[in-house]
Amino acid sequence: MSISPEQLRYLESHEWAYVSDQAAGVVTIGISAFAVEQLTDLVFMALPKVGQEVSAGAEFGEVESVKAVSPMYSPVSGTVVEVNSGLVDRLESLNVDPYNDGWIMKVKMSDSSDLAGLLDWVSYKHQCDHA
Amino acid sequence: MSSQLSVTPLHTWHKEHGARMAEFAGYDMPIQYTSIVAEHQATRQAAGVFDISHMGRLRFDGGRADQLLDHLLTRRVVDMQTGQVRYSLVCNEEAGILDDVLVSCLESPSGKNYFLLVVNASNRAKIVRWLQPHLADYPDVEFHDVTDSTAMIAVQGPKALEICKPLLPTSALSLGYYRAKVTEQMSKPCIVSRTGYTGEDGLELIVKAEDANRVWENIMLAGRNLGVQAVGLAARDTLRLEAGMPLYGHELDESIDLYQAGLGFACNLKDRTFIGSEVLALKSKAELKTKRIGLVLEGRRAARQGADVLDSDGRVVGQVTSGSFSPTMDKPIAMAFVDAAAANPEIALDVDIRGTKVSASIVSLPFYKRTESI
Repeated sequence: MSISPEQLRYLESHEWAYVSDQAAGVVTIGISAFAVEQLTDLVFMALPKVGQEVSAGAEFGEVESVKAVSPMYSPVSGTVVEVNSGLVDRLESLNVDPYNDGWIMKVKMSDSSDLAGLLDWVSYKHQCDHA
Repeated sequence: MSSQLSVTPLHTWHKEHGARMAEFAGYDMPIQYTSIVAEHQATRQAAGVFDISHMGRLRFDGGRADQLLDHLLTRRVVDMQTGQVRYSLVCNEEAGILDDVLVSCLESPSGKNYFLLVVNASNRAKIVRWLQPHLADYPDVEFHDVTDSTAMIAVQGPKALEICKPLLPTSALSLGYYRAKVTEQMSKPCIVSRTGYTGEDGLELIVKAEDANRVWENIMLAGRNLGVQAVGLAARDTLRLEAGMPLYGHELDESIDLYQAGLGFACNLKDRTFIGSEVLALKSKAELKTKRIGLVLEGRRAARQGADVLDSDGRVVGQVTSGSFSPTMDKPIAMAFVDAAAANPEIALDVDIRGTKVSASIVSLPFYKRTESI
């Protein structure tokens, strides 16, 4: 199944979240195509570790382009249950599809109400169009 | 965008061609048009065209212009021949570096010699202020800040001269390295200089502001089948870093002297005095406490300005002044100032990248040197 950007929830800082396992309360997290396009020339990504605790709105890793380093923020609080560890070696896949192949981590939410505070696609797109 | 920002005569072109714009030294400048790596590689493999109109252009006319500049620059000026260009520093009395500049000795179409000083955009106001009392001492020297009435375009890369061939007279194309000449581009005045800030061969052109767009378009047209690419300030920075060239505010500032910066070649102390020469004479004989070095890092993460350099005991021995991922070497590189004792390729060093220690090896500068064509 392919995820499309319209189905996702976003932070203003361009991370997306998708409830990939409703029953287990697991959310898949990545960064948006807009973020990838703005960063350009990605060279490195510092990923979290499985078992690591993340907090909504707090930094969980960083993405580095030729020009600069940008922190990545978690849309939800919880525990990292899976990491797309191969992504670092094929960052170019983020240019192709940051919503499927380019997912970054899966988090088991400690508080599902975090999702309610995120932007929907229309609001997020509006933000990007007016950036 | 802040309304106080200055713009270059090519500002509209940049915006119309999809450039990402950002403030640099008070100017709204193109940072990148496509990707930094693509623009970087185009310059290394074909040619890049850069709007560098933000750089300060200061003109000195009159009989004693050479003596005035000789008093202000670390490099000897009074023996400069028409057509010569020299890299020099401007120092204060304590030998702190106020700016690094190119000084050119040019001949106007009317046959008069004059000098042109190209200064960093970020230092232009400071240098113009610094000049004032000295200009008062040389009332016969006519000074004009011609930055706003002119534009400056760099064409850099192995194809740069070929691209400029249909646009410039043969005499301009046959200039030697670090030579410059007042000439014409399509019957309009144009200063051509065989200089650059990329590590590649190439030219820098200074034209009247109103001619800038035509000259720029002519270059893009002449180079369209040769791989020419408009290049923004981001790739200009990665290119100069690979070429080991210092950037004011990074490798150079008022707290650094030119010997630490490894720029002893740009200082002529023999048989002359200039502002800062007394202190520099002492420093030239003293042992260096800190040195500028080049580092190649393990992994993919770049060390940025301010990152600590550590020895194997974890002791801080210096700081990174510029760092980026190098598109040519496909590795992170950096320039740093370190204690002289640590500036030894035999010593294992680490760089602290936001809390993580990353191994770094000292390499000789520049990181990148072009293969000379015959």
